[in-house]
Amino acid sequence: MTTNYEVREHDVLIIGAGGAGLRAAIEALAQGASVGVVCKSLLGKAHTVMAEGGIAAAMANVDPADNWKVHFRDTMSGGKFLNNWRMAQLHAQEAPDRVRELEQWGALFDRTESGAILQRAFGGHTFKRLCHVGDRTGLELIRTLQDRGVQQGVDCYMECTVTRLMVENGRFAGAFAYWRENGRFIVFKAKAVVIATGGIGKAWTVTSNSWEYTGDGMALAYEAGAELMDMEFVQFHPTGMVWPPGVQGILVTEAVRGEGGILRNKLGERFMEKYDPKRLELSTRDVVARSIYTEVREGRGTEHGGAYLDISHKPAEYVKKKLPSMYHQFKELADVDITKEPMEVGPTCHYMMGGIRVEAETGQSSMPGIFAAGEAAAGLHGANRLGGNSLSDLLVFGRRAGMAAAAHAKKTGYASLDNAQMQYAERELLAPFSNKGESPYAIHRDLQTVMQSLVGIYRNAEDLERALNELQMLKARAAAASVEGSRMFNPGWHLVGELKSMLIIAEAVTKSAMARTESRGAHSRIDHPDLDKAWGQKHNIIVEERGEMVRRELPIPPMPDELKQVLAEQQ
Amino acid sequence: MAETVLRVFRGDASGGALVDYKVPVAPGMVVLDALHYIQGHLAPDLAVRWNCKAGKCGSCSAEVNGRPRLTCKTRMDELPKDEPIVVMPMKSFPKIKDLVTDVSWNYRVNKKIPPFQPRPGADWKISQLDVDRVQEFRKCIECFLCQNVCHVLRDHDKKEQFAGPRFFVRVAGLEMHPLDGANRTGLLKDELGLGFCNITKCCTEVCPESIHITDNAIIPLKERVVDEFYDPLTMLFRKMRGSSEKRT
Repeated sequence: MTTNYEVREHDVLIIGAGGAGLRAAIEALAQGASVGVVCKSLLGKAHTVMAEGGIAAAMANVDPADNWKVHFRDTMSGGKFLNNWRMAQLHAQEAPDRVRELEQWGALFDRTESGAILQRAFGGHTFKRLCHVGDRTGLELIRTLQDRGVQQGVDCYMECTVTRLMVENGRFAGAFAYWRENGRFIVFKAKAVVIATGGIGKAWTVTSNSWEYTGDGMALAYEAGAELMDMEFVQFHPTGMVWPPGVQGILVTEAVRGEGGILRNKLGERFMEKYDPKRLELSTRDVVARSIYTEVREGRGTEHGGAYLDISHKPAEYVKKKLPSMYHQFKELADVDITKEPMEVGPTCHYMMGGIRVEAETGQSSMPGIFAAGEAAAGLHGANRLGGNSLSDLLVFGRRAGMAAAAHAKKTGYASLDNAQMQYAERELLAPFSNKGESPYAIHRDLQTVMQSLVGIYRNAEDLERALNELQMLKARAAAASVEGSRMFNPGWHLVGELKSMLIIAEAVTKSAMARTESRGAHSRIDHPDLDKAWGQKHNIIVEERGEMVRRELPIPPMPDELKQVLAEQQ
Repeated sequence: MAETVLRVFRGDASGGALVDYKVPVAPGMVVLDALHYIQGHLAPDLAVRWNCKAGKCGSCSAEVNGRPRLTCKTRMDELPKDEPIVVMPMKSFPKIKDLVTDVSWNYRVNKKIPPFQPRPGADWKISQLDVDRVQEFRKCIECFLCQNVCHVLRDHDKKEQFAGPRFFVRVAGLEMHPLDGANRTGLLKDELGLGFCNITKCCTEVCPESIHITDNAIIPLKERVVDEFYDPLTMLFRKMRGSSEKRT
């Protein structure tokens, strides 16, 4: 019986309207499925809009020697070989087609002299590979997909938040959600769901992520019984703004370094010569972030605790043309003219390499009917993501998940919705109005402090142990959190649900980080500073069993010989 | 730490009032930071729309001291210090709650616009010069401040007849795409009501992306409409042919 709720039916439900969700929606529609996209914000505001530097695709427009094999090799080596090799292969092979497709849907990239799509250098990429639109590539991508999706007839539920996935007899049945505007409940009946909700940056204090990045999709999948993987790998982008305080964490695109920006400490030393003399500023993000952090910790940081990033040696007009939003961002928010003076930058929590464990070809999770793509899914990036590989990830695996979800929907019917599950979801949502605890904002601030100080760039067993204890206490406080006001557009109420997601994912991150007694990619253990061969052969898996969070290890499947050969080839 | 007073509209479609909140001011702080402080410490149910807090998503539009702004790009230190900072929702859209308005009309208008249609046989070689012209329009972050300030919408509420500057920018981006083969001039003239615009340039003034909405988008589109529908020679030709055939 579902008469109490507004009910909508779709073959394929998609949660999240960023690049991965929209690309999945377009593909599922093309396969003839009826598609509903649910998103927490307005359409076109998702985090993809903030992507700046570009889309990595071996199109070989600028460096003719580039090809998928080199891109595959770069991705695997950037990810410290923890990547799902099949995903890395598909990604490298399909990214160029996905970019061309975007162009055919109206995206306009910067051009080479001969009129082809221009590509720029980026950290960890052997060749100039990032197709870009100045430094606002994400906006171009999301607008193109948004317009395409709307014209193809996708139903979009804006400012609507899913709080629970419903599972019936071991398969996905539907989702429970509410409208932000009036707080009314809505139930989605669907044959398949694609989770494309992005990452979890808002669990840290200093982050480049927007408010939506609270790990909802990963937590939804986890609660529905799906497995999470590689959760210890959280990327700290080397360059976020550090001053003034209000802008701390806002992203400074890697394109600044791609266009020739140089990092210096307060003594004027180009310190990357010390840490990665070959690739310098264009080393991988994990290395550059640790280098800046180390310079600051050892007393060579700038006035506000960062490093200098300087592009002022390039002609002012060139800087304004290639990095327009950086120019305005610093001018308007920090009173710095980047064509004349250096920026102050420092690491900022940016991206989750881990996520829902999926099959490479389809994005199918370990729970039938639940698919995932983009940042919410794990596998492609291994222990560290290369810049530019995220936008291509969204396109390649958004499309694949949409296609597979539509195929799944074709061969299955609707599962029946269980009234008890819906009533549970409703009670859970309404509890904060009768609770007598504290404001969710205070709990959120404390969670951010815990993650920032104890589960940051450098980790050790003692800190992680403390973090786990703190998280248990925070969970208890969050369960009692209370809210003021009505159900109408109530951000405090909304935060209670997000807190739950963040706490689940924060615990998964901390547990996995605790277990992995080595340093690999973005996961750096001071007490275990080296790579460990045995850990290089396995993933951490997090799954819920009888209400408990359980960690398991999963061996990496052996790589086929032809891919081994690709890795062995030298450029 | 210095303090200032934010005077924020609290209420919904049925009414409301301005409420004062005392907020500590940190260096470089923006109005959105102050609103977040209020949510975090004083009024957890204060409704504010925002996403990126970096001027890239266009969600946090409001009227600060009477001026339509992105609150994430409005620095506190550029506003008068000795008087309260007044923050109101955008006036041209129906109120939902506090600073949040119902902007769904914009999404309905957008659906009317035919998408990019590549010309048959396009070879996808494009010169940067052609790209530059269109990229200006594609910078739009859909903050709807131009819609909010346009008097055709703000004072005359012609939402049924007039699409507003945002969608002329979008159409300009499509029409001037070097490989686009569709014709939207009839739509501009009839359904989108381009003629209502009398180029007062208010939209251009408030655009946080500094798009030259009036000069680069609206005026060239008006010229296209005039060329197609009001050019005396074409009109005569059409009369003789007895058809209203469109230019291709």
